[in-house]
Amino acid sequence: MARDVTNNRKIINTAAAWAIGLLIFFPILWTILTSFKTEAQAINDPPLFLFFDWTLENYAVVQERSNYGRFLWNSIMIAGGSTVLGIIIAIPAAWSMAFVPSKRTKDILLWMLSTKMLPAVGVLYPIYLIFIQFGLLDSVLGLTVVLMLINLPIIVWMLYTYFREIPGEILEAARMDGASLSSEILYVLTPMAIPGIASTLLLNFILAWNEAFWTLNLTAAKAAPLTAFIASYSSPEGLFYAKLSAASTMAILPILILGWFSQKQLVRGLTFGAVK
Amino acid sequence: MSLKKVLGVTTALSMLAVTGALAETLTIATVNNGDMIRMQKYTDDFTKKTGHDVEWVTLEENVLRQRVTTDITTRGGAFDIMTIGMYETPIWGKNGWLVPLNGLSAEYDVDDILPAMSGGLSYDGTLYAAPFYGESSMVMYRADLMKKAGMDMPEAPTWDFIRKAAAAMTDRANEINGICLRGKAGWGEGGAFITAMSNSFGARWFDEDWNAQFDTDEWANTLNFYKGMMEESGPPGYATNGFNENLSLFQQGKCGMWIDATVAASFVTNPNDSTVADKVGFALAPDNGLGKRSNWLWAWALAIPSGTQKEDAAKQFIEWATSKGYIELVAENEGWANVPPGARKSLYDNPNYKDVPFAKMTLDSILSADPNDSTVKPSPYVGIQFAAIPEFAGIATEVSQEFSAAYAGQQTVEEALEKAQAITDEAMEAAGYK
Repeated sequence: MARDVTNNRKIINTAAAWAIGLLIFFPILWTILTSFKTEAQAINDPPLFLFFDWTLENYAVVQERSNYGRFLWNSIMIAGGSTVLGIIIAIPAAWSMAFVPSKRTKDILLWMLSTKMLPAVGVLYPIYLIFIQFGLLDSVLGLTVVLMLINLPIIVWMLYTYFREIPGEILEAARMDGASLSSEILYVLTPMAIPGIASTLLLNFILAWNEAFWTLNLTAAKAAPLTAFIASYSSPEGLFYAKLSAASTMAILPILILGWFSQKQLVRGLTFGAVK
Repeated sequence: MSLKKVLGVTTALSMLAVTGALAETLTIATVNNGDMIRMQKYTDDFTKKTGHDVEWVTLEENVLRQRVTTDITTRGGAFDIMTIGMYETPIWGKNGWLVPLNGLSAEYDVDDILPAMSGGLSYDGTLYAAPFYGESSMVMYRADLMKKAGMDMPEAPTWDFIRKAAAAMTDRANEINGICLRGKAGWGEGGAFITAMSNSFGARWFDEDWNAQFDTDEWANTLNFYKGMMEESGPPGYATNGFNENLSLFQQGKCGMWIDATVAASFVTNPNDSTVADKVGFALAPDNGLGKRSNWLWAWALAIPSGTQKEDAAKQFIEWATSKGYIELVAENEGWANVPPGARKSLYDNPNYKDVPFAKMTLDSILSADPNDSTVKPSPYVGIQFAAIPEFAGIATEVSQEFSAAYAGQQTVEEALEKAQAITDEAMEAAGYK
């Protein structure tokens, strides 16, 4: 009897999880389906779900019109570069906050997070002027630095949470054995925090990949990543939904695949320390 | 190697070096619409003729506006050519942010540009942007439904006729709405439509002293008429419909009439996308007998930001893209219905173009719009669906949000107008107009 109840609950929970999962995934699924429709089918009322004449025409048009490879390469460089750079800076910062906290550590952590609450457009002009001054407009380097700075509070916070789970005694033992500060961080702390660092890397890579304000405002033709590629297919005067969907699918596919293969790490990373 | 050969090789190398030194790569910011995308396809023709390469930055209209405004106000120099409209051109020209388009070649024939276009793209008599294509607004209607309703669309209808026809064509059971109009918030969306409509009702944004005029009967009549008609005969949720939503409805046969940009004519008559392609008729935008119609005027134009290092090459590109030769190039490859409309007089004299069904009405609509005299009562601003002052975009966006809230029933028309009056007066005072 008890087993029946447990089984029933499991079935209900599984069904509910699938339903919620599908609901969240539906917009992406709809985008992918629309990318295989003609423009007329894309706006059909009632909407066409699976039974339409599937076509690859939109992908051919997008491929012909845009240099997808260049946008993709820029996205990889900007998202990858900003994430790695952020991790290099955040590991020592998180170490000091987790293992040698001062009276003001909590305040500093909160202050760092509060910078995320500032609307980006509020600092657009100052940053734009700095970029002009340093010749960084439309450069991969400039965007890498900006995105790193934007995501740095999140990286520090995530790493700080993971580091707090590691017993400080292990680091003390390493110090007793004569490990220098850099060796302690590099050879003792980092290997133990690999799962946390990996999930931080992944999450920030995704955040940087999807960032659309700075990547649109600080680029022109050379350093534009996939967000600009998508923006080039959006139009308030003309129905190009099928082409826009094809461009969107091409832009999200790499990150979708990466997320699919690393979902275990991501979930572990995001729920780490949530239950004690 | 003989002397002759040495000389020959040296000359060839020098010529290559000279060509290489002169060849530039132009970065052009543009908007994503059919005509602009088509232009990108033919860039090779320009490169072949001049040796200059082109790199395109195509963006959605609102993103483009923000992007080029940031760049030009900071003198960022990210672009050599910018695609801008009639709103930005006189303001930027006045500020000295654009290169005057003087000294264009005789072959370019600058006098061939339609006066309404060159007037709207000039400041103090100097042309600052060359129109790539121009548009006005007009009535697009279903001739079959009009006939079924027992009515005949005049070439120049009144608002009363439009309202009556809309009610007669509405067939809720078959999901046919008599009329589809923009209601979406945004100065370039519903804001543009209602401003152009208000001109025909005798309203204006400002009096001669820059006082807001939303507390006048003319504005109340405009909004009450619009809302009343849309509730009788408009589609559900019209308060959030913009150009694309109405285009989609019209193409699916769910609108009896649609008053919007003339550029939409090529979409609704394209049998690949429209289910009613062969049933569409055109008429001038309606009026109220006060001497002003409710059509607007707009152009997407190419301009050179001051400070670019590639001014000469940029001018060459603009001459190429807005020339008679470019129109012929497109016509030759894609047919006359696909050439960029509304910019040159000669296009409308061309017998081949006269066969295009919407050509005459587009020209008539453009010719009937005058940005320098758009209101019944005198006004201090230039522009039909906008006032060409820098503050307008911000104010009109807020005002149109209030109007949309009234259409959606979240507040009354009176409340919306009161708020619009307060918003506008406050902003104009803060900007130092009063």
